[in-house]
Amino acid sequence: MQITVTVNGVERSGDVEPRTLLVHFLRDELGLTGTNIGCDTSSCGACTIHVDGQSAKSCTMLAAQADGLTVTTIEGLADGDTLHPMQRCFQENHGLQCGYCTPGMVMAAVSLLDENPNPSETEVRIGLEGNLCRCTGYHNIVKSVLACAAESTGASK
Amino acid sequence: MIPASFDYLRADSVDAAIAALTEHGDEAKLLAGGHSLLPLMKLRLATPSVLVDVGRLDDLRYINDAGDHIAIGALTRHRDLEISTLLAADAPLLSHAAGHVGDPQVRHRGTLGGSLAHADPASDLPAVILAMGATLVATGPNGTREIAAADFYTGFLESALAPDELLTEIRIPKLDTQGWSFQKFNRRAQDWAIVGVATVRANGSTGVALVNMGSTPLLASAVMDAVKSGASAADASAHANEGTEAQSDINASSEYREHLARVLVRRSLEESGLA
Repeated sequence: MQITVTVNGVERSGDVEPRTLLVHFLRDELGLTGTNIGCDTSSCGACTIHVDGQSAKSCTMLAAQADGLTVTTIEGLADGDTLHPMQRCFQENHGLQCGYCTPGMVMAAVSLLDENPNPSETEVRIGLEGNLCRCTGYHNIVKSVLACAAESTGASK
Repeated sequence: MIPASFDYLRADSVDAAIAALTEHGDEAKLLAGGHSLLPLMKLRLATPSVLVDVGRLDDLRYINDAGDHIAIGALTRHRDLEISTLLAADAPLLSHAAGHVGDPQVRHRGTLGGSLAHADPASDLPAVILAMGATLVATGPNGTREIAAADFYTGFLESALAPDELLTEIRIPKLDTQGWSFQKFNRRAQDWAIVGVATVRANGSTGVALVNMGSTPLLASAVMDAVKSGASAADASAHANEGTEAQSDINASSEYREHLARVLVRRSLEESGLA
């Protein structure tokens, strides 16, 4: 079936099987490999993207469900060479170790601050409950999100 | 993991969805947010040959004050419930529990109707609508009918919905709530409840329902009867396992679940204000 999805501001069309998962469309059809596949069971959040501005797990959506919608991936956050504030805060606060969960963490964190621009540490930890980090790096991830919130209340897309 | 092949139909109206269900019968499944169904399809535990996507039926996405009840469209998402000021005022148990379903990403996509119709005994919201005495509205080829929440769950992943019916609205009675509580015991933040308890005390009566204590979501009728006849929270909670059939699985033995049910029912009654 033919679908058209606005990905990172650009209309992208493709011919997909109905059973094609959104994450496979993004990675394999569009070459946007920043979105990682982790658990493949909607647990780990590595595949988190934004659908119509809200965080979602792209392994648990059909590409067909995104037809006509707006999707943002990690590749769509930076403005040219200027990192999104959340990306920069992860960099400055060492909010990653191996980096595999990072794209999903950043996307979830941006969505979190959209909904709650000035969260407490507890609210950040609860707000990231859908994202797992196997390096046990949560401490600096939380620190990065809090730094981003403090730097610019409402820092978002 | 990729689901088995299926044909995809996107319904642009309730009538179109029902027509598709009527045409394809048992072969078809409705797709709303997909956060219960797609994981099962990826594991090939569900292999429908036709998916009818009702996720774009935005006219079924609403939370309205309807006088003596709150009317919620079946396509309303968990996040909508979580932040609804109307629910916070008149049905705080529902908005609170909706904020504990899965994780934020799941709550952005998952829907109330999808969660209820999936009829998973481990889900949070079926117990909530049981405790609150909600009414479900099903729409089929011959129009709509109302189903009491207490009559909705008929077996494991089975509901009173006919194969050609679509759950369209959930009606939550406006209660003069004196107290409420939602207890969810799990080991990791986003896990299903190993056991959960939803309690609402309102209009002189107490509704208590159990998550994951049998093949369906369950009303804790014996606990409710005990409270009605004046039992304390501690005494009433001794009845928590009457009528249950807790299963053993990788997370817990049935004995452990029964222990949890007693403890969580007592906590839930106490948190909702019962001495």
